[in-house]
Amino acid sequence: MCGIVGLYLKNPALESRIGELFAPMLIAMTDRGPDSAGFAIYGDEVGEGWVKLTLRHPEKNYDWEGLAKLFKDQLAVELEWFQNSNVAIFKIHMADETAEAFIAANAPEVLILSAGQSIEILKEVGLPEQIVETFNLKKMKGSHIIGHTRMATESAVTMEGSHPFSTGMDLCLVHNGSLSNHNRLRKELQREGVKFETDNDSEVAAGYLTYRLQQGDSLNEALENALKDLDGFFTFTIGTRDGFAVVRDPIACKPAVMAETEDYVAIASEYQALTTLPGIENARVWEPEPATIYVWERNSEEGK
Amino acid sequence: MSECNDVKPGLRESATFDRNTMTEIRRAADTGIYDIRGFGAKRKLPHFDDLLFLGASMSRYPLEGYREKCNTSVMLGTRFAKKPIKLDIPVTIAGMSFGALSANAKEALGRGASIMGTSTTTGDGGMTPEERGQSSKLVYQYLPSRYGMNPDDLRKADAIEIVLGQGAKPGGGGMLLGQKITERVAGMRTLPMGVDQRSACRHPDWTGPDDLAIKILELREITDWQVPIYIKIGATRTYYDVKLAVKAGADVIVVDGMQGGTAATQDVFIEHVGIPTLAAVPQAVQALQEMGMHRKVQLIVSGGIRNGADVAKCMALGADAVAIGTAALVALGCNHPKYDEEFKNIGSAAGFYDDYHEGKDPAGISTQDPELAKRLDPVDAGRRLANYLNVLVLEAQTLARACGKNDLRNLEPEDLVALTVESAAMARVPLAGTSWVPGQSF
Amino acid sequence: MKTINLETQTVRDLNQALHLQAQSCTEAEWEVLEPKGQHNIACGLDQKIKVEIKGHAGYYCAGMNKEAHVIVHGNVGQGVAENMMSGIVHVKGDASQAAGATGHGGLLIIEGNAGARCGISMKGLDIVVKGNIGHMSCFMGQAGSLVVCGDAGEALGDSLYETHIYVKGEVKSLGADCIKKDMRDEHIEELAELLNRAGINEDPKAFKRYGSARQLYNFKVDNASAY
Repeated sequence: MCGIVGLYLKNPALESRIGELFAPMLIAMTDRGPDSAGFAIYGDEVGEGWVKLTLRHPEKNYDWEGLAKLFKDQLAVELEWFQNSNVAIFKIHMADETAEAFIAANAPEVLILSAGQSIEILKEVGLPEQIVETFNLKKMKGSHIIGHTRMATESAVTMEGSHPFSTGMDLCLVHNGSLSNHNRLRKELQREGVKFETDNDSEVAAGYLTYRLQQGDSLNEALENALKDLDGFFTFTIGTRDGFAVVRDPIACKPAVMAETEDYVAIASEYQALTTLPGIENARVWEPEPATIYVWERNSEEGK
Repeated sequence: MSECNDVKPGLRESATFDRNTMTEIRRAADTGIYDIRGFGAKRKLPHFDDLLFLGASMSRYPLEGYREKCNTSVMLGTRFAKKPIKLDIPVTIAGMSFGALSANAKEALGRGASIMGTSTTTGDGGMTPEERGQSSKLVYQYLPSRYGMNPDDLRKADAIEIVLGQGAKPGGGGMLLGQKITERVAGMRTLPMGVDQRSACRHPDWTGPDDLAIKILELREITDWQVPIYIKIGATRTYYDVKLAVKAGADVIVVDGMQGGTAATQDVFIEHVGIPTLAAVPQAVQALQEMGMHRKVQLIVSGGIRNGADVAKCMALGADAVAIGTAALVALGCNHPKYDEEFKNIGSAAGFYDDYHEGKDPAGISTQDPELAKRLDPVDAGRRLANYLNVLVLEAQTLARACGKNDLRNLEPEDLVALTVESAAMARVPLAGTSWVPGQSF
Repeated sequence: MKTINLETQTVRDLNQALHLQAQSCTEAEWEVLEPKGQHNIACGLDQKIKVEIKGHAGYYCAGMNKEAHVIVHGNVGQGVAENMMSGIVHVKGDASQAAGATGHGGLLIIEGNAGARCGISMKGLDIVVKGNIGHMSCFMGQAGSLVVCGDAGEALGDSLYETHIYVKGEVKSLGADCIKKDMRDEHIEELAELLNRAGINEDPKAFKRYGSARQLYNFKVDNASAY
């Protein structure tokens, strides 16, 4: 079981402070999730034809420079990179599949946490406070961010088992609840070519969405299908390149609170996590309805 | 493939469609509703009888029977509570409701437990003043139904047991049929008299360990952090459940295996859901050890505990204490042969009776009928329970001393061997005479 | 008037101070500042005191309340006034899930909306909601009254026992064994009194009554699908 938090900025003036606004939200959910924490931040977009990868290696002094050089030497591509703790962000002027294949072939111990043009996923075992420190979250900038604090239910406490789970380009999922039919679903999805790293139920939900989107569903359609095909208790927050989506199962026992002002839309498992947001005293605060899909995206209408 | 020689030589009964199965199919065809009964799982399961102790000889030295002490007391609730509970013996009385049991039966349980310095537990119906009066240590159950729940009783309790489930029906709620919903029971549960009580299977105001953690804090706040909070679970995914119970903030965890009894539920639930107590204990202990919480969050095990050997074996596997339900009732007089004629009149027999839900118990235990309930003398029955508890402890001590232990909790899994492959795998001890523990990867 | 600021003091400090009032009432009026959505505020009270919470509270605010008058100037999380025994709990804003769960007595007033499972398993308390209530409300309601001036969500009164339900607005759907019933004089009177106690100005005649069909009171094979 867990805590979910998310912040989508409507006012671009706040983008330089998103990490500072978000860090206390994540920390407020420590009691719900003391095992591990993570977040997916969107911003610092790369251009068309580029891909941004979040890469992880267990050792902090892994030779990222060496890997970057390998890319440049062997593939003659433009590449920029920077490091954040044991994670490196690589921005490469090439197609995602080719970049990922190259890494798989030349640096198989490197784990790809996310891929896209905007997304960066950072997660680790430990208290949320530690994750905030380790990745220097307070200094980060971006347009939207979703995060998660984990209390492992049936699978192990590992970095791989932490949320957010990446489900495709610029897509990720965080989950509070417990699915009940994920084992069979996992096998079916594996047969369709979806890869899983853990025995975690949330990873199955993420893989399911990836698969539906690959089949041509829109985000809304994929989530409608998820409501039908996933059994169990869930509040999901899905991060997309342009915003985020929230959906709860039809029984809706797992909590979710939303707050909206002119400047932002926020979601959290408990109201406590929202109290440090500016203007929260005058925000519209409400709870999402069960079995209803909510999407907020730039360049689109809010709501269901 | 059994031959029915009592019928006619050469007749062959099907093991799949045996007579009991056929009877049940006919009953289903007659009534159109599932079979409801009391008691725990009746089918044969790997259990503590399949384990044996390795007593002292040349490499280990035993303790003398009387002079050399073997400690039996245990402290429960040391993690957070200001007032943990001290039990003189590591055997407690499991939760059974007034409603399921007669008032005399509840009184007898209180008397017997108090004589021996141990606790009783309320059930799915609330706390009666008699029970609080009779039990020197009373654990108050906090169930999905919340029948009779109130803060005054919460504060009168010596501990609070949050019930997620029980071994007989993990995932199910309480059940009490109309014939036992008398005026007093109905009043306590805020129900109309004579209805068939349906209890919820989930708590009304929390779902999941993350919200349970907040609920536990609420209960602690209401009782000013005085008393231990237990979490009781029916044994299913015990390893994960125990870890989550620790994370949610429990002081004590109660694990109830599938042999655990009930006053009433569907037979299909009792026989086909949950895992044997034997398989649950090592999972629970492993979970606690991995979290560094073994002995810090105490473990109470229940579900088919019958004698001192069962007590000692549970403790050897790592439990801090055990709870008895069915055994306590049998000690009071449940299923007593002296009522055999009456059992026959209600379609049963002494030793076979499990229709607790009907409320016609000739022994006066699982009934609300005042005429029948009168038959149970609470003082005498309390004495019998105390005697039985005493024997459980003496037997356990005998075994512990034979293994060279001066404290029941110094018994270890290495003091045990198993007689069958299943029990060796479930209890995670070697097959006798070998060093083989089947299924080593847990 | 005693003020406790939860920015500098803990919920434990607050509750301990409030609980001491049960032995002897030394302070009849209390004010709680900066609650900021914390849990278990003012739970387990047992004295005729007034406690005003200036802001939003988290889970189980005023849980198991006895005698006290608790007013929340904001929203509340799950389980407000759960298992309440007596007294009044008044929420000016919205309430999350399981408001008034398993309450035995007293009055719970919610001026905003209440979430899912409002009045679940209620055992005698009265709940009056000015706004709407969410789905699965009054599930297994055993006694007491639930009054809703707005709309009710899906599956109202599923598996209902004897709670009286009055709804002015729309009911999205009724749960198992819950049916619409006639409003007779005694119900109009009961509802008028409840609205009056809650300080809400509405015409009782504009409400509809819902109650148990009592078909699930005893196990019957024909009701098998309802189980």
